[in-house]
Parts: sequence; C-alpha cells; structure tokens
Amino acid sequence: MTDATTTGTLRVKTGLAEMLKGGVIMDVVNVEQAKIAEEAGAVAVMALERVPADIRAAGGVARMADPTIVESIVGSVSIPVMAKCRIGHFVEAQVLQTLGVDYIDESEVLTPADEEHHVNKWDFTVPFVCGCRNLGEALRRISEGASMVRTKGEPGTGNVVEAVRHIRAVTDEIAWLRGIRPEQLFAAAKDLQAPYDLVKWVADNGKLPVVNFSAGGIATPADAALMMQLGCDGVFVGSGIFKSGDPSARAKAIVEATTHFEDADIIARVSRNLGEAMVGINISDIPASERMQERGW
Amino acid sequence: MKVGVLALQGAFREHIVALEALGVGAVAVRLPEQLDGCSGLIIPGGESTAIGKLMDTYGFYGPISARHAEGMAIWGTCAGAILLASTVLDALPGQRTLELMDITVRRNAYGRQAASFEAELDVAGIEDGPFTGVFIRAPWIESVGEGVEVIARQGDRIAAARQGDLMATTFHPELTGDVRIHRLFVERFAGVARA
Repeated sequence: MTDATTTGTLRVKTGLAEMLKGGVIMDVVNVEQAKIAEEAGAVAVMALERVPADIRAAGGVARMADPTIVESIVGSVSIPVMAKCRIGHFVEAQVLQTLGVDYIDESEVLTPADEEHHVNKWDFTVPFVCGCRNLGEALRRISEGASMVRTKGEPGTGNVVEAVRHIRAVTDEIAWLRGIRPEQLFAAAKDLQAPYDLVKWVADNGKLPVVNFSAGGIATPADAALMMQLGCDGVFVGSGIFKSGDPSARAKAIVEATTHFEDADIIARVSRNLGEAMVGINISDIPASERMQERGW
Repeated sequence: MKVGVLALQGAFREHIVALEALGVGAVAVRLPEQLDGCSGLIIPGGESTAIGKLMDTYGFYGPISARHAEGMAIWGTCAGAILLASTVLDALPGQRTLELMDITVRRNAYGRQAASFEAELDVAGIEDGPFTGVFIRAPWIESVGEGVEVIARQGDRIAAARQGDLMATTFHPELTGDVRIHRLFVERFAGVARA
C-alpha cells in the first residue's frame, strides 16, 4: 500500500457538491453575515462584495469581489466558501483559486468578460458551479468542466418565477430524452447544442451527471421547498436573506424548509413571523438588457 | 429489518442506493420517530454544522443515543464521523455531537477543497483488495480511546475506526459504487441478513 494521494479529481470536485445536497448556500458580503449564515445551518456561503439586488441597483460593471473580503470570509467560517468570477474571466478564477475558496461560481450575476467563451474549468484544481436555463446550457457547462450546476432564475429579484421556469425546462428536457429512440439522440444533441456523449448519458440515466441547485429569486421557505419538490438538489439564496427584515430567522427557516420540503406542516410552522420578505421585482419590469439570466451561452 | 439513513442534509441518497444494491431495506430518516425499527443507522457526509443543528432542532440526540443503547448500530461517514465523536477539534463554538464513540476528530484536518483527494486504503475486514477512499474537506481521527479498533489509516492518520457496533470513516464509500464497507456494516454490525 502506498501513501499516494491524488487531488483535483472529478470525483472530489463533484463529491463536494454531493455533500452540499439538501442544503442552503447563502450569499454574504462580510464576516458578520457569514457567521449568521453558518449559525443558521447554511452548508456553504457565497462571498460577495454586493448581493445581486445591490448589484442590480448599482449598475455599471460588476466584478470579482475584493480579495480582502473573500479572504476575511474564508478565514471566519468552518463551512465551504464559494466566490464568483465573471463569465470567461479565467484570471479572476485563478485569483480565487489562490485565495483558497472551495468552489468558484462562474456567474451571470457579474458582468461577463467574454461573450463567446466560458472558463476552461478543466484547468483548475478548485471545482466550478455554473448557471443554466435549460438542459443544453447545463451540458455545455459540464463539458467545459463544471462539476455542479444551478438553474439561473433571475438574481436579485426575490421573484421565483424564472427559477421555476428553468428547473422545469431542465426536467422536461431530461424526460424528453428518456422518451426518444437511440438514433434520435444524435439530432437531440444538435438541437440542445450539447455534446452527444453527455446527451446519451442523460438519456440513459434520467438525470444530470452533476448536482443541480436552484438559484435566482428564492425569498421564502415555501420558495425553497417548491424548488426542491420540482427536483433540484438544494438552493442558493442570494439577496433573499440579508435583504429581509430578520435575516437570522429567515435563514434558519429556509434551511428547515429545504430539509423538510415535502412536509407542509413544518413549512407552515417555520414560515410564521419571519418579518418582511425582501421587496420583489416583477420580471416584466426589468428591461431585457438588464436580465442577468441572458448572460452566458 | 431495515437500515435508516439520516436524511437531514448531505449525501444520504447515495447511501440508500448502496444499501438497496445489497438488497437491504433502507429508510430516509427525517424525523426521530422514523428511527423505530431500524437495526442500523448511517449518518452521511454533508456539513456537520448544518446536520448537527437540524438534529438539535428536530430532537434527534436523545432518540439516537437511546436507540443505540437498545442495539441500533451506527456508522458515520465524514460529517457523520464528527457527529459520533466524543471530542471534536476545530469545532464551531458550541457545536454539539452524539459523543457515542471514544474518538477525537479534527474537522477539515487536511485543508480546504483544493486539498481534497483520493487514496487507496487497506481496511480491516474488507477483502479483495484496497478500497478507494474519497476524502472531501475531510476530518481525520486524531486519537482513539481504549476499546476502539483502528480499521484503516491514510498515511499516518486514522481514517476509520470501530467501537463495538459503532463505525466511523472519514472518507466517502458511498461515492465509489463499491459497497464492501456497506456490506460489512450491514452484516457484521447491524446484523441484517442479506436478501
């Protein structure tokens, strides 16, 4: 028996995502929020300079957070820390890997740095999560090396409608692949604009090859349970917690609702007296050019 | 006869798949009353802080210890090993565990995700060659008390231990598709005959 060890394997990258399943990943912008999230039972935190609602309000170009913020959060909690780089900005990704983050989110919440290419995620030891609106987009990201995906929703809105649209698109397309004949999979791969081998794998197994969380608009315990019942493996809550009246209570309630997503009695109990939810935005009130979900391809 | 898998958070589904592959009835345990009738319990990998807080909120600590005293075997993987330990180093302040196994476990001992790794392990009681250990932000077992048998090491560090019908592994057999350790737990500890 040797003592040889191998780091950065696909199995340890996808494996960390497996360990996050059934849990809630919370956006935080400072150490105090990170500790509140950890105390509430978050399985990981997303270290940011601004939550998506504030990025939306501020406008301009949104970039990777200041390394000082990321490092301070990495040093303050014992749960995994994620951080966002711009789509295609592989140097921001290199910086985040050096800072010791546990997962990089190549995210449409930030302003894309490349309108054709995403980061080649196979080049990294640290694993990546990427957004998707449908099966083809998920499989393109996986082919680039993403070891976890999340449906995009519309970040910073507190409106779950886009998150629902996207998880339904993914699950409907998986069901469609299950139902067609083997020779049709070649044309399906062309339609989905995804590699045939991944399309075939999904058709054979009836699920995505990596963990899929839901993101973009989840604001209440019932929202989180809705996404779980629709088939996602866990949830990201961005602005929904720290833009609400009582972040600690809401965070804990969303954690409980995510675990007990099929138990309406528990969801009812944890939904009581949480104070004001974040003020939501109707998607139709957001100009198409400002919809973050359109970023990435 | 059935084996419960604590299903509050983490990789519980993979354990259920492994048990079903062995022909063993598996039940996802989300509430304490679902422990009734379980001859064994697996506490899966996940985040030990998140699982531990949900165990507290839903009143699992007393019932799991009581069922263990009545003969329910328990196996903890990674976060589950932390939750079985009598002493946890680098714990969150106030972090509670079951304190059933006389072992000292250090959280995130190997480092952050970039240090997560795979390694081949010799596991006592497991035949037909080495077992692939998948270590993800893993703890290690820093020391064990009397009456605790070390059943696997990774380098100088203890990766698995057994105390009576309690077992702790710091790695993730449920991610490998190799069910030999599940079979060991089910047949030797939980006393469930294979179908």
